[in-house]
Amino acid sequence: MDMRMKGETLITLTNAGVKSGGRVLVEGVDLSIARGEIVTLIGPNGSGKSTTAKMATGVLKPSTGTVTRKAGLKIGYVPQKLSIDWTLPLTVERLMTLTGHFSRPEIESALAAVGAGRLLHAAVQELSGGEFQRVLFARAMIRKPDLLVLDEPVQGVDFSGEVALYELVRQIRDTTQAGILMISHDLHVVMAETDTVICLNGHVCCRGTPAAVKRSPEYLALFGARAADTLAIYEHHHDHEHHDDGCLVGKHGEHEHPHGHVHHDHSEHDHAR
Amino acid sequence: MLGDFFSRALVAGVGLAAVTGPLGCFVVWRRMAYFGDTMAHSALLGVAISILLSINMTLGVFAVAALVAGALLLLQRQNTLSTDALLGILSHSSLAVGLVLVGFLTQVRIDLMGFLFGDILAVSMEDIYIIYGGGIAILAILALNWRPLLAATVSPELAEAEGLKPEVSRILLMLLMASVIAIAMKLVGVLLITSLLIIPAATARRLSATPEFMALVAAVLGAASVVAGLYGSLTWDTASGPSIVVAALLIFLVSLTVPTARLFGRRESHGA
Repeated sequence: MDMRMKGETLITLTNAGVKSGGRVLVEGVDLSIARGEIVTLIGPNGSGKSTTAKMATGVLKPSTGTVTRKAGLKIGYVPQKLSIDWTLPLTVERLMTLTGHFSRPEIESALAAVGAGRLLHAAVQELSGGEFQRVLFARAMIRKPDLLVLDEPVQGVDFSGEVALYELVRQIRDTTQAGILMISHDLHVVMAETDTVICLNGHVCCRGTPAAVKRSPEYLALFGARAADTLAIYEHHHDHEHHDDGCLVGKHGEHEHPHGHVHHDHSEHDHAR
Repeated sequence: MLGDFFSRALVAGVGLAAVTGPLGCFVVWRRMAYFGDTMAHSALLGVAISILLSINMTLGVFAVAALVAGALLLLQRQNTLSTDALLGILSHSSLAVGLVLVGFLTQVRIDLMGFLFGDILAVSMEDIYIIYGGGIAILAILALNWRPLLAATVSPELAEAEGLKPEVSRILLMLLMASVIAIAMKLVGVLLITSLLIIPAATARRLSATPEFMALVAAVLGAASVVAGLYGSLTWDTASGPSIVVAALLIFLVSLTVPTARLFGRRESHGA
C-alpha cells in the first residue's frame, strides 16, 4: 500500500451533464473520486447512474460541464452483466487477458486474491453467478487500475455472496488504494465503507455518508419513507466512524419532488423538468 | 504442379479456407451470419457495376459490399425497422438489382451461374495471387488486431471503458468481410460464400476451449472441406462449389457425434 498516493484526486466531474436527442439524461453532476475512496451512485432506473459512470470512464462525453481525469488514468471495469455466448469458447484464464497481456503467475495470483484460483481452466459459461462476478473482479484488478468501476456488482448474487463481494471490494480498496465508483439501484445494499453516496434522479438529489443520505428528506421523497428501513447498510467490524453531518443537498435539489407518491414506484416517478 | 486446373482449384480453395476459418469465427461469435449473407448477395451488384464502369471486379465487389454494410449501419441508427427486416430488404434487393443490371449488359456475356455458385475449377494463376496476397493481408490484420477485436466481441462496453475502440473493431471486421467476399466470389459464388465462413467455425466450436484454437481449427476444417469437396466433385462429377459446402456440412454432422461436451471447461476438483 502506497500511502503517499492516498488522497490523490483521480477524477472530477464539474456540473457535468449529457443530453441525447434533446432529452436530458443527467445534468449538474459534481463529483470527485480520490484514491482509496468509495463513491456509490444510487437512484431509480433511468436516473442517470450509468450515464454518469460512462462520463467518468470516458465512454460518453459530457454535453455540458467538464470531466477531468488524472493523466494516464487506468480504469478497471466490472460490467453489470456480461453474457458470453456459448459459441465463443472462453476459459477463465483467457478472459483474464481480454484487454491486456498478463503472465500466468499474474493471472493465478489475481484469481487467488478473489478466491477463484481453482477456476483457472473453467469455461466461463459454466460458472455460477457468484463465481463469474469474482472472476470479473479479478479481471478488472489484474490491470492494477487507479479507478475501479463496478456496475451493479451484486446483481444476481445471493445474499451471502453479496456480503462476500462487498468484503472483497473493501479488501481491494485497502490493499490497492484504488478509487472505487459503484453503481446500485438496489437500495437495500450500500456498503458502510462507502465514503459518499450520491443519490441521482436526473440530477444530484442528495449526497453524503450512507447514514446521512438515509435520513435526508430528498432521499425519502425519492424512494419513499419505507425505503429508509430497507436501506440496510453493511457494517463491518472496524474502527471507521460515520459522521452524521447533514446531507449536502445538490444544487437542483430544492424540493422539486412530488412528495408522498406511492412507495417503490420508481419507474413511474415522472421527474418533469 | 499448378499447371492443371484441379491443382489450381485445390491451392486456391485451401488458401481461401485459411482466411474464412478465423474470420468466420467472428461472424459466428457476433451473430453476423445473415449480415454476411447480405454483404455476399450485394457482390453480384458489384460485378454489374464493375462491368458498367469498367473497373477492376475485385475492387468493385469490395466497394459495393462495404457500402451495403455502411448503409446498414446508418439505417440501424434510425431505429425504425428491426435489423432483421433491414437485412432482408438489403440482401434481396441488392441481389435483385444486380440480376436486373446484369440483364442490361447485353454487350458482354456473363456467366451468371459462375457468379452465383462459383467456378473454382476455372481459377487462374492471377486469381491465386489475389487470394494469397489478399488472404495474407487479411490474416495479418486479424492477427495484429486480435485482442481488441475479441474484447469488442465479448463486450463493447467493457472494451471501451478500458481504453479500446470497439466501434473501430466493428468497422474493421466489416471491411475484412467485404474483402473476403471480393476474393471468394469467383471460387464459391455469392450464394455460398457465407457457408465457408460459418460451417467450419461452427464445427470448430465443439473442439475448442479458446478462441484462438477455434480460429485455427476452423481454418483446418475449412481446408479439409475444400479438399474433400473437390475430390468428391471429381469422383462423382458434381458441381465443385456446392460439393465443398456439402463436405463442410458432413464434417459438421460428424463433429456432432463426438462426445466433447465435458472435455473442456474442467475445474480442478482437488484442493479447495
